[in-house]
Amino acid sequence: MNRREAVSRVALLLGTAVIGAEFFLSGCKASDDKITTTLDFKPSDVAYLDEIAETIIPTTNTPGAKAAGVGTFMTVMVKDCYDEKNQKIFLEGMSKLDEACHKAHDKSFMSVTPEQRKALLITLDTEQKEYNKNKKKEDPSHYFSLMKQLTLLGYFTSKIGATEALRYEAVPGRYDGCMPYKKGDRAWAT
Amino acid sequence: MPGDSSNVNINNKAAAQNTYDAIVVGSGISGGWAAKELCEKGLKTILLERGRDVRHITDYTDTNKDPWELPHHNNLTQEDREKSPIQSKCYAFNEVSKKFFVDDNEHPYNQTKPFYWIRGYHVGGRSLMWGRQSYRWSEIDFSENAKDGHGVDWPIRYKDLEPWYSYVEKFAGINGNKDGLIQLPDGEFLPAMEMNCVEKHVAARLKEKLNGRAMIMGRSANHTAKVGDRGPCQYRNRCHEGCPFGGYFSSNSATLPAAVKTGNLTLRPYSIVLEVIYDKDTKKAKGVRIMDAETMKTEEYYAKIVFINASTLGTASILLNSTSDAFPQGLGNSSGQVGHNLMDHHYGVGANGEMEGFDDKYFFGRRPNGIYVPRFRNISHDSMRKDYVRGFGYQGGANRGRGRSGDGIGVELKESMVEPGVWTMGMGSWGEHLPYYENKVTLNKDKKDKWGLPTLDIDCEFKENEMKMREDMKNSAIEMLEVAGAKNIKSFDNAPPPGFCIHEMGTARMGKDPKTSVLNKWNQMHEVQNVFITDGSAMASSACQNPSLTYMALTARAADFAVSELKKGNL
Repeated sequence: MNRREAVSRVALLLGTAVIGAEFFLSGCKASDDKITTTLDFKPSDVAYLDEIAETIIPTTNTPGAKAAGVGTFMTVMVKDCYDEKNQKIFLEGMSKLDEACHKAHDKSFMSVTPEQRKALLITLDTEQKEYNKNKKKEDPSHYFSLMKQLTLLGYFTSKIGATEALRYEAVPGRYDGCMPYKKGDRAWAT
Repeated sequence: MPGDSSNVNINNKAAAQNTYDAIVVGSGISGGWAAKELCEKGLKTILLERGRDVRHITDYTDTNKDPWELPHHNNLTQEDREKSPIQSKCYAFNEVSKKFFVDDNEHPYNQTKPFYWIRGYHVGGRSLMWGRQSYRWSEIDFSENAKDGHGVDWPIRYKDLEPWYSYVEKFAGINGNKDGLIQLPDGEFLPAMEMNCVEKHVAARLKEKLNGRAMIMGRSANHTAKVGDRGPCQYRNRCHEGCPFGGYFSSNSATLPAAVKTGNLTLRPYSIVLEVIYDKDTKKAKGVRIMDAETMKTEEYYAKIVFINASTLGTASILLNSTSDAFPQGLGNSSGQVGHNLMDHHYGVGANGEMEGFDDKYFFGRRPNGIYVPRFRNISHDSMRKDYVRGFGYQGGANRGRGRSGDGIGVELKESMVEPGVWTMGMGSWGEHLPYYENKVTLNKDKKDKWGLPTLDIDCEFKENEMKMREDMKNSAIEMLEVAGAKNIKSFDNAPPPGFCIHEMGTARMGKDPKTSVLNKWNQMHEVQNVFITDGSAMASSACQNPSLTYMALTARAADFAVSELKKGNL
């Protein structure tokens, strides 16, 4: 079976077009190679980051990070706003996260269940929290800290995050410094 | 020598075309006022601005965009930091406003000691991105040099400027309360903005527990009511991107439209003033020589009076560049004071803490203003300090942030992040910087910019008096938060270098004696009577209040004097 056939088979199995199909056709051999090692993010990378972000900020009674396009936001921020050091940490982190998933579940992050994803990210979240406790300013960032930060930033500054999960007034028109608040009222986005 | 009129070859036709009643150099907060006042008094005025034009509202691109409509959701890119390593550190520099800050690589300067020079080279200058805090100086401030011997005595007192403060406030549109404080005189105010409930609580505690210490609502140039066709403020807090509602004072929104309305204004963007042309026979300035920033061609403009409002460092640079047989050290610089006595405010020190008991309170709108704690040291017998002279004030406010813990993953995290967080109260201090002769700016003729102009060597620092004051600035912030009942109080001292407060001043100071100062009590050069300087360079001391309102008042006063002298035939 050549690669083109493999792609059509996957598509057939899923009954849908494969996002990032060109990646499968680009000649990489092992399935865990499909995560990019350069800033040339592919649709499959965005899909992967979307799922990481969705696990961090899931859909509840309001849409989650995937619907808010956080995967794409992360790629833009890493490309344009990160320095080389953090770009490297982030890119390596994308592979590390999938390797950790393989270790735990013997499957790629994209193939495991939402519960397994969450369990994995809780482990990584604990790991980064421990790491940050003793981190000095000049020490490198933990890759999962970067992913979590970008997810929160991207989600809460997205239209969905700001206007559905939070409240947003583009032009308030007035100021009230003593507005009553009751538990459950959402916070302002800005 | 350049600058001597005898060597200038004048084409009479060109001279006629390039002749005005007045020249104003720079279109920022003080240049805008000079242009308005001179035009309204009937003078044909040319306003020379070194950068591009920025039209009110039309050119405030992207300021109506929501965060998600901006490519980086209002975050800075690596390219921004590389292009503008200094500017990008400024609090007001964001994905929308960055077009109003200079490209540091295109406009180099030399930091003999660390100095962050924040600039906007365009019509309106920094009046577009300014912090808008607007406070009068008091008699204490104007008489302090004479009292403690630092710097030279101011040639004016509060009463000289008082009517001019009123004059500019009425047009500029400053909000505030009449607080009745001797160290911070009241003005002609638009309705004040509101303190939030936590700030009201803190203010009451300070008054009660600290011998009546005032914490007042900040006074700012945001229009809480309509000022002509400007405003009112819509509480978006995006002022430094340019306001589509004209909700705050800037040259672009206020003074320049007023000047245009007279029919007397000619605005010439892309005009870098190389030097003031001095006529040794008349002992007056004949005009200025400019280089067109785009075509690199030089041109001369002539006028009866010249106002230099190029900003503290820009004005010093022009004066030092304007050498002639009569003034080998720079125009009107026989005193040797031009470029010296450079001051800023020292700031970036204070404290914040958490405020409990207000969980049932929140806020609506984004108030572009905060609280102000006026100076309380060295203003009366019972407030004198032995360890330092002068004083400081605080700006700050209470805010209820977003998010509880940020811990965890999934639904719990999301739920904790969509709730308001704790209320915090923060205060940062702004302290007076004494005028030291050795804090200076000089021309570096070995390093030139792309227009062939010498770059500036900036050699400025804070010294012992500022450092001792700083300790008190930090400790007093902690004390006030303790008194207010704050929990988990944390102090900070970011120790920003001079320049970063963007209140640079003092390089062509006013004074009584031509031997020790550059300008007289009318902001008129002692040695060149038709040249007036009313930007920050005129300041003989820095006080601790935000200075722009004082520049406005000095400018309106000087323009009134200049025109009356002109009419009397004295200029």
